[in-house]
Amino acid sequence: MQDNNGIDKKNRFNFKSITKSGGFTSLSSALMAIFLGLVFGFFVMLFASPPNALAGLRYIIFGGFNRIGNVFYFATPILMTGLSVGFAFKMGLFNIGASGQYTMGLFFALYAGFMWDLPPGIHWFAAILAGMVGGMLWGIIPGLFKAFLNVNEVITSIMFNYIGMYLVDMMIQGSSIMYTADKTRTKYLPQSAQIPSLGIPNSNVNLGIIFAIIIGIFLYIVLEKTIFGYELKATGYNKHAAEYAGMKGKTNIILTMLIAGGLSGLGGAFFMLSPSGIVGSSMTYEPINIIAANGFTGIAVALLGSSHPIGTIFSAVFISHIQRGGTLASLVGYKPEIIDLVIAVIIYFSAFAMIMNTALGKIVESRLGEKEAKEIEINDDVKEAE
Amino acid sequence: MNTIYYLIQNMLPVAISLLLVALGGMFSETGGIINIALEGIMLFGAYFAALFVYFVQDSGLNPQTILLLGMVVAAIAGLVYSLLLAFAAINMKADQVITGTSLNMMIPAAILLFSKMFFFSDGITTKINFYIRKVPILGDIPVIGNMFFQRTYLTVVIGFAILIIVTLVFYKTKFGLRLRACGEHPHAADSVGINVQRMRYAGTMISGVLGGIGGFFYSVGIMDGNVNGHTGVAGFGFLALAVMIFGQWRPGRILLGALFFAFLRTLAYSVSLIPFLYNLGINQTYYRMMPYLATMVVLAFTSKKSRAPKAEGIPYDKSSR
Repeated sequence: MQDNNGIDKKNRFNFKSITKSGGFTSLSSALMAIFLGLVFGFFVMLFASPPNALAGLRYIIFGGFNRIGNVFYFATPILMTGLSVGFAFKMGLFNIGASGQYTMGLFFALYAGFMWDLPPGIHWFAAILAGMVGGMLWGIIPGLFKAFLNVNEVITSIMFNYIGMYLVDMMIQGSSIMYTADKTRTKYLPQSAQIPSLGIPNSNVNLGIIFAIIIGIFLYIVLEKTIFGYELKATGYNKHAAEYAGMKGKTNIILTMLIAGGLSGLGGAFFMLSPSGIVGSSMTYEPINIIAANGFTGIAVALLGSSHPIGTIFSAVFISHIQRGGTLASLVGYKPEIIDLVIAVIIYFSAFAMIMNTALGKIVESRLGEKEAKEIEINDDVKEAE
Repeated sequence: MNTIYYLIQNMLPVAISLLLVALGGMFSETGGIINIALEGIMLFGAYFAALFVYFVQDSGLNPQTILLLGMVVAAIAGLVYSLLLAFAAINMKADQVITGTSLNMMIPAAILLFSKMFFFSDGITTKINFYIRKVPILGDIPVIGNMFFQRTYLTVVIGFAILIIVTLVFYKTKFGLRLRACGEHPHAADSVGINVQRMRYAGTMISGVLGGIGGFFYSVGIMDGNVNGHTGVAGFGFLALAVMIFGQWRPGRILLGALFFAFLRTLAYSVSLIPFLYNLGINQTYYRMMPYLATMVVLAFTSKKSRAPKAEGIPYDKSSR
């Protein structure tokens, strides 16, 4: 009789089990944050120039579909920085230094592209790896400061964003091989250093996005299926408990920041080594002492994907999609910065979307819950009667 | 000697901006709210003040009066913006660092958007000169006059006045004591009848006021009254946080920290005027990195025995223990 009852309870439709499941809450709170962000963007556009607001919103939401290739191309670097930020988040570290690591990776890749003389098939791959090393170098610094000197990683990362930016811009401007002073940009990379294009017309999309997605899936496996991933998450949940259980907190902090830095560095490399739409030319970089925006966009990507590697892949594509739409919105008089604004608002709301979400869930639950409670009472009565 | 005067005269406006923002951070953090958004608050305050200056610059008002009024505008703007942080962090119990980051990202984008649409530039350019060549009588005092009352801005005096007021409020009033209690042990504060949420709101709002003023003073003292969405305030909000940590959340030491960083920065930007440094032939970019590198060195030595408020960054929940 008792066994029967158990099965009965399991089979009953349980609203709680759905709303409480991790995937559902992150998805619905991400959607809520996106919705609020877009509504805010719409109001800003309405305020700035009322007659074009609807057209602008339409461009933002649907414009990206006309440029699918470029959506994926621009998704590549922010997917990498997003993975980087998300990976550090799992450990409870806030890697706001993705920008600096990204810039460093970009520079190392650029350097390898110009200075190394390698056969065509290997050159671009070596340059990608060089970018990863650059990012790692910049990523490990906040890790070391945090582990050994107890300096908050947020401050360290921010300071090294500036240091890295100044350093890279100085070194690029100082090299006549990499830099053309009259265009204030870097020169085109040699063909052998460019990542092979995927050949979609009117876009720059290249093998980089495939690599990035593979890396995302690989990270998922590391986090879910390996001891290292488990330790990482355990430390993120409760540092003291993890330490007590014999996990090496300091080593893990350094290792996490090393990997996070490497991921951002790869983002910089994927961005830099890409061929551009014009045959034979490549992407160029303009050293004008501005911190790379792709690092900060990575924070938004990671938050929207609730730091889950697979979720991050989708959120990177989404953010890139509305960014493309945002550039199209300039056709009706808005500036592309509108998207940066929308993204910032999305982050703002996603910081507490979970709470709004559970509050919403509770209201629905308490309605359904009353019914459920009565049923349980009845069941208990029946049991007693028997 | 002239070089020293030059350095001090140029250093003080920078130091005052850092000082005010760091004091703002101190108020918010001793209340228990980490205010990473200081960078955004500065820029927000500076932008609205610059907008105000832009619209009244042709009215023929005395520049110093405009500066004072602009300061009020910046303070109000900063306060309003800090409410966004307070609401998310206190009412919604959101992650304070993430919220702050989003607030930092919002402002440059908004400034670029609106400036490009309405002013066809990346920011606001004003043409008022707030510079004071020489304060009438005080400027004639031999050494001190040269240092503090020549080639300066009104912001310096205001800044020191605010420092004194802030120190008194922080240490000598009931409010200051209660605020510190809320950052140290909110449950204990609550148990003796202090409204923790309200105190935290107050702390964050004060940081907004000081951050906004600091941002305006940055644009007055360093950018000639202009505000630009691309460069923003060049990481001064974050430097101020470092100054605050260096100052161990105490006004006096924060002043020292602000002077130290301002000195390094001024040195970095006046290398070409100092023959000794110029002749070393080091790329000037290295000097530009100095303030940030120095921050790291200083933090490396001070963070081990950090006296950060114990409850900072933790949302207050009555029912938890």
